[in-house]
Amino acid sequence: MGAISLRRVEKTYAPGSKAAVKVIHGVDAEIADGEFIVIVGPSGCGKSTLLRMVAGLEEITGGEIAIGSRVVNQLEPSERDIAMVFQNYALYPHMSVYDNMAYGLKIAKVPKAEIDARVQKAARILELGGLLDRKPRQLSGGQRQRVAMGRAIVRQPQVFLFDEPLSNLDAKLRAQTRLEIQKLHAELGITSLFVTHDQIEAMTLGQRLLVMNGGRIEQIGTPEEVYSRPATTFVAGFIGSPPMNLLEGQADGTRFTVRGQTLVLPQAAPRAGTLILGARPEHVAVDPAGHWAMKVDVLEMLGAERLVHGRVGELAFTLRMEGTLSPPRAGETVQLAVDPAQLHWFDAATGSRIA
Amino acid sequence: MIENRPIATFLAHLTLVIGVLVVAFPVYLTFVASTQTAEQIVQNVPMSLLPGSNMVESYRLALFGGQTAYGSRLPPAAPMLWVSLVSALVISIGKIAISLLSAFAVVYFRFPLRGLVFWMIFVTLMLPVEVRILPTYKVVSDLGLLNTYAGLTVPLIASATATFLFRQFFLTVPDELVEAARIDGAGPLRFFRDVLLPLSATSIAALFVIQFIYGWNQYLWPLLMTTDESMYPVVMGIKRMISGGDAATEWNAVMATAMLAMLPPALVVIVMQKWFVKGLVDSEK
Repeated sequence: MGAISLRRVEKTYAPGSKAAVKVIHGVDAEIADGEFIVIVGPSGCGKSTLLRMVAGLEEITGGEIAIGSRVVNQLEPSERDIAMVFQNYALYPHMSVYDNMAYGLKIAKVPKAEIDARVQKAARILELGGLLDRKPRQLSGGQRQRVAMGRAIVRQPQVFLFDEPLSNLDAKLRAQTRLEIQKLHAELGITSLFVTHDQIEAMTLGQRLLVMNGGRIEQIGTPEEVYSRPATTFVAGFIGSPPMNLLEGQADGTRFTVRGQTLVLPQAAPRAGTLILGARPEHVAVDPAGHWAMKVDVLEMLGAERLVHGRVGELAFTLRMEGTLSPPRAGETVQLAVDPAQLHWFDAATGSRIA
Repeated sequence: MIENRPIATFLAHLTLVIGVLVVAFPVYLTFVASTQTAEQIVQNVPMSLLPGSNMVESYRLALFGGQTAYGSRLPPAAPMLWVSLVSALVISIGKIAISLLSAFAVVYFRFPLRGLVFWMIFVTLMLPVEVRILPTYKVVSDLGLLNTYAGLTVPLIASATATFLFRQFFLTVPDELVEAARIDGAGPLRFFRDVLLPLSATSIAALFVIQFIYGWNQYLWPLLMTTDESMYPVVMGIKRMISGGDAATEWNAVMATAMLAMLPPALVVIVMQKWFVKGLVDSEK
């Protein structure tokens, strides 16, 4: 039903002219029916453009997009059986909440009784019951957000598209709405594409993540896969907070030389030569018996945990420790121990994962 | 203001009162003159500033015309008021309709030479009616539209100002609204009717007031193109009631007609005031 196939999808602005800019470089992805996919990446990576191409708001200049088993390249947005929630909600300001939700159905000439039933049902799910006669400007941000979702639900589409719908909410409301979206997805089971630049939203909402950078897909995988086996140094640095420590150096057996400082590895490197070694801050511990010397620069106390920023071989290195442990002092040099199972190796030239 | 500075308050009020007097006094004078008889106005120098007793008679004479005290005939103002009303309405509604549609085209559709079209409309802002009045006269006369409502109104309908105003307003409507409407399946005209028009309501009201007064006050163009008395608008009619040379002017009737001519624009402003101010002040989205 609501499966989505992206086949070598490309987008070029102003194609054929001198000002042509290619923003999506051949994206391939298969999304199963009922799946919740989060497209995540830094701003300008093309994630919103990709979503808008699925919606039909941007022309597809190469490849094809299929929803269900139907190629939708040439279809109008309203014919694609999708519904979209916009970042600024895009509610019609002069219409009541009820009319905002009913408008698309009215145009589709759905019988009045059916419209009413669907709107009332959506209002019940989203707890908008008492607000149906209000105008959008009389609602709070969170309520407007729910109306925007209601407008999507009443269409009973095959696919929901969310374009950063939480970024205009305050932190508390965002966390709450995140849970509501999850609940909604569990209840309705409709294929969803959710665009965000926020990795917490991505990790908590997505059944699978689609990490994008520079108009390409860096990795597609479950949150666990993306976190524990990042496919590239970009993903390693993007997912996780604070990001993974990445040290470029020369590997030779169990010795790894970073700018003159030699680290002893618990296990031999996968191959000799210039490699990038990745270690997450949470997988490194201060241990007098360790073999990596780190000069401590700054400490940050976050409550439950403490971040220790320092330098290994003159490259920035961060580790995370329990807030209850007694911390090293700034200026001190400490020894670090690493979990051999939690070391990541990347090719220095391509940035892609070796082991 | 929280501070209490009596002198400043007094000065502020004084300024306001003087301002009101400057604006209101001529209107009051017109009203007073319209309630006296022609003899009273001419003989009392300066004329009395208290309302006279001839009000009903003056207005009857102005509205329906007739024999004056001096024996000349006055044309009735009622048909002229009608001509003015029809032209002002046609001009303002026509202007709004055309400018809404052209602004819609310029903002929401990509067509060849769109930029050029917009700039051509924009450039005509610099050409007031008076500049193109002779060529326009030639065109209207060749089309046989002299002394018709069409001739009175159509040349005044095209409006760069209104098009520009609506264009600026449409540009402030968020793109997402257009996209939401596309996803809801609304075609361009449906979007125009269901979303843009309701959002433009206050701008339309403001423009209606301005254009109604503009249409009502037209003088030069009707003066050129109407020769038939039944097609004279009231603003022109007033001028024609003031006889030159030796003939006596029926001042009370002139003033009564002037009062009558002032009423409809004033009414429009009062009725639409709330919307008008809203439309000028905020472009609420």
